[in-house]
Amino acid sequence: MSQLIFEKSVPGSNSFALGLSDLPADLQSDIPAAMLRDEPPPLPDVAEVEVVRHFTALSKKAYGVDDGFYPLGSCTMKYNPRIGEWAARLSGFTAAHPAQPADQVQGCLELMYRLERLLCEITGMHRFTLQPAAGAHGELVGALIIKAYHTARGDLKRNIILVPDSAHGTNPATANMVGFKVVEIKSDGRGLVDLEQLQKAVSEQVAGLMLTNPNTLGLFEENIGQIARIVHDAGGLLYYDGANLNGIMGVARPGDMGFDIVHLNLHKTFAAPHGGGGPGAGPVGVKDFLSQFLPVPLVEQKEGRYYLDYDRPASIGRVLAWHGNFAVLVKAFTYLLGLGAAGVKEACQNAVLNANYLRRHIGRLLPVPYDRLCKHEFVATGKELKKKYGVSTLDMAKRLLDYGYHPPTVYFPLIVEEALMIEPTETESKERLDRFIRTMQAIVQEAAENPQLLKDAPRRTPVRRLDETAAARQPVLRWHPEGAVK
Amino acid sequence: MYVPNPPRVRQQMLAELGLKSLDELFADIPEQLKIKGELQLEERRDPLQLQRELAALADKNTPAGTRPCFLGAGAYDHYIPPLVEQLLLRSEFFTAYTPYQAELSQGILQAIFEYQTMICQLTGLDVANASLYDGASALAEAVSLAVDVTRRRKVLLAATLHPACRQVVQTYAAGDRYQLVDVSAPRGVLTVADVESLLDKDTACLVVQHPNFYGCVETALAELAATVHGAGGLLIVVANPVALGLLKPPGQLGADVVVGEGQPLGAPLSFGGPYLGFMAVRQDFVRRIPGRLSGQTVDREGRRAFVLTLQAREQHIRRARASSNICSNQALCALAATMYLAAVGPRGLHSIARRCHQLALYARQRLTEKGFELLFSQPFFHEFAIKIADPAAANRRLFQQGMIGGYELPGALLLAFTEKRTRAEIDRLVEVLGGEMA
Repeated sequence: MSQLIFEKSVPGSNSFALGLSDLPADLQSDIPAAMLRDEPPPLPDVAEVEVVRHFTALSKKAYGVDDGFYPLGSCTMKYNPRIGEWAARLSGFTAAHPAQPADQVQGCLELMYRLERLLCEITGMHRFTLQPAAGAHGELVGALIIKAYHTARGDLKRNIILVPDSAHGTNPATANMVGFKVVEIKSDGRGLVDLEQLQKAVSEQVAGLMLTNPNTLGLFEENIGQIARIVHDAGGLLYYDGANLNGIMGVARPGDMGFDIVHLNLHKTFAAPHGGGGPGAGPVGVKDFLSQFLPVPLVEQKEGRYYLDYDRPASIGRVLAWHGNFAVLVKAFTYLLGLGAAGVKEACQNAVLNANYLRRHIGRLLPVPYDRLCKHEFVATGKELKKKYGVSTLDMAKRLLDYGYHPPTVYFPLIVEEALMIEPTETESKERLDRFIRTMQAIVQEAAENPQLLKDAPRRTPVRRLDETAAARQPVLRWHPEGAVK
Repeated sequence: MYVPNPPRVRQQMLAELGLKSLDELFADIPEQLKIKGELQLEERRDPLQLQRELAALADKNTPAGTRPCFLGAGAYDHYIPPLVEQLLLRSEFFTAYTPYQAELSQGILQAIFEYQTMICQLTGLDVANASLYDGASALAEAVSLAVDVTRRRKVLLAATLHPACRQVVQTYAAGDRYQLVDVSAPRGVLTVADVESLLDKDTACLVVQHPNFYGCVETALAELAATVHGAGGLLIVVANPVALGLLKPPGQLGADVVVGEGQPLGAPLSFGGPYLGFMAVRQDFVRRIPGRLSGQTVDREGRRAFVLTLQAREQHIRRARASSNICSNQALCALAATMYLAAVGPRGLHSIARRCHQLALYARQRLTEKGFELLFSQPFFHEFAIKIADPAAANRRLFQQGMIGGYELPGALLLAFTEKRTRAEIDRLVEVLGGEMA
């Protein structure tokens, strides 16, 4: 049983303290006593050696990309080059204060300026804000820009955002946050946006369409030209969710497809680690006609000097206190300089090669409902296994844990029953993919011969299957001395 | 560059797919949409060039690490115990994904659970989430929560709130779900009298920063809480977590929601990010709090375990009806904060806060001796503003003399004193500023 840091507390054992001996003793505070703590905060009191051992032990109960294969569809968990981590830790970056005058932080500003240019070229957009802290945060910026654009034109009826039924859940949630009504567009039999449906759905009330391309089935929306025409003819804007950019970067650009706004996930496509849930970064790019609405400030250059431009009266405002998750930007910039144009394309090509290779082989074990050329990911279904042996996709995922893999994304997209969404990325070798295929083969065989093995999985992880219902029904979200479980 | 399969292996894989070239993998993309030729990116650097170039770029800055920094205004140059940086470099932590697969992520889930507990301990509230993007966006989420809970539309913001926080709330308000009303605070802190006339049946909440943007301790918090509660609204406090090593937890003074910027807890300045927004709420709002929550449960053998819970609030389940669109948070920064708080411990945090405060008191003593006047004569924690005719010129002079000066306000300079500053550095500051009288 793992102990919490609080349960390791031995009063008096932490000897960390800072002195005041260099200061005069008679400095009287004028903070009223009623505003002061009666005693130090009730934090755990643990010696340094035990703190180090505690978090080292916790790290051994976590699993990162550096530990092994992480084929998590739409999350693009590729290897994060160590050189980026090194660069982000340079003291010239980590010790720079965000409010220092521009002439003291030219290195930071230059990096941001050049990164913006690289992202513009990769996406075919004209300007980027690097401020959003995550993909969903970028979506918020995008939705606010859509709103600002229509408002600025006096086109106030537009209160609907169209979202395909295969979209990431953040898309509808974001649209809702900004006060839009969400209307879902069904996918057609081929897993693509149904053009007829779309044509029917557009009206003078539609503010825009949020689309991922390649979509969450890993399929390229071949009719993107027509989709853009339909949306634009109706006066709406086209928003690109960049979660799946890894499947096309260097080969095709959202800007050329007619998208007006894009967000990117630097922690996916651009190889910045995900940190167990963040930080990420979700820069937003726009075409020229929307650049006036981008958040302030933007980085500008004049006579070889870089500066922050706050003088943008049509801006939607700020979405973060400072300039974005700068350290994440450093990692993405380092990655792109290391790759160059050929490397960007090579990464994409190999992501797609690996995905199709897996699709071909996994497809023989588990049906792939939309089984044709995919981009960086594909979706298989465990529907038949469930029918035949009572084994769910979740059971399969948990069994993969026993074999030392992080499972694929499961139960998404919602339009595929018992979905298993697999994305190998370009940084996995054929040998590793082959081993994964053999493992999946073994699991499918186990499902037929000994389904209980899957239902009982995992067995080799620090804990076994968890009671999620109990956790939600009577939430215990913090430690209490009296409430400690033995 | 990071593709492990050599060309021969790629050919073999292509052959298995019945394809001849990598280009055929993109047959589903219409020709006219494909990039002709190559992207116009910067030339590829080899690893040695890359390291040299990034190091040179970092060297173009003159950051706080190289000289004493008196700049704060929401981002602070605090001491970070080396164990924080070293433990964070364990790749199981930083290369992991969001812990949806709980059995494989107990380390991260337990750390989040510990983080939630520590934030509750600091703020004096019942429930904390697993972090938000930063203090300003956390406040925007808090305002949205207050509007939802009270079903009211009017949001009162103290004028002493960090201007960037105000701007972020303003941006989020574009959804038209609420209206912002500024509450002026002519004395540099908010009093009940400043607020009373603005309270009505539509008031969702009052937002107060503590210590506020000008560094002042909001001494009337308890009275403000009682007043706003009397009108049926909530009190949201934006707090500095290091100050909470010394100051009474806002939850004990009546705050319903406490949010803030967690950067002072073990995150480097990093030119503004990544930082972390923390949020703690009263028990009643547990099903309204945005973002991730790690909850305790048991596995099938009855062992204690942790899992992301109450996910029904979230975007991937409720989609358009979710309470927030938060998906990624700042888990690694929250982990750093947990390590930081564990490393310094209860007395350590108190001693850090006390040293910050005492250094600031010393600086005030020295500056007032020199004839400087404070912008507001209120109790402060570790930051205060002095009146100065030309703050930009003062900052230039400080920089020439090897120091990073304060945050420039109209006719004033906001100076911050973290525990890293020394008496000698403050003496030097005072000496250089001495010739720059108001």
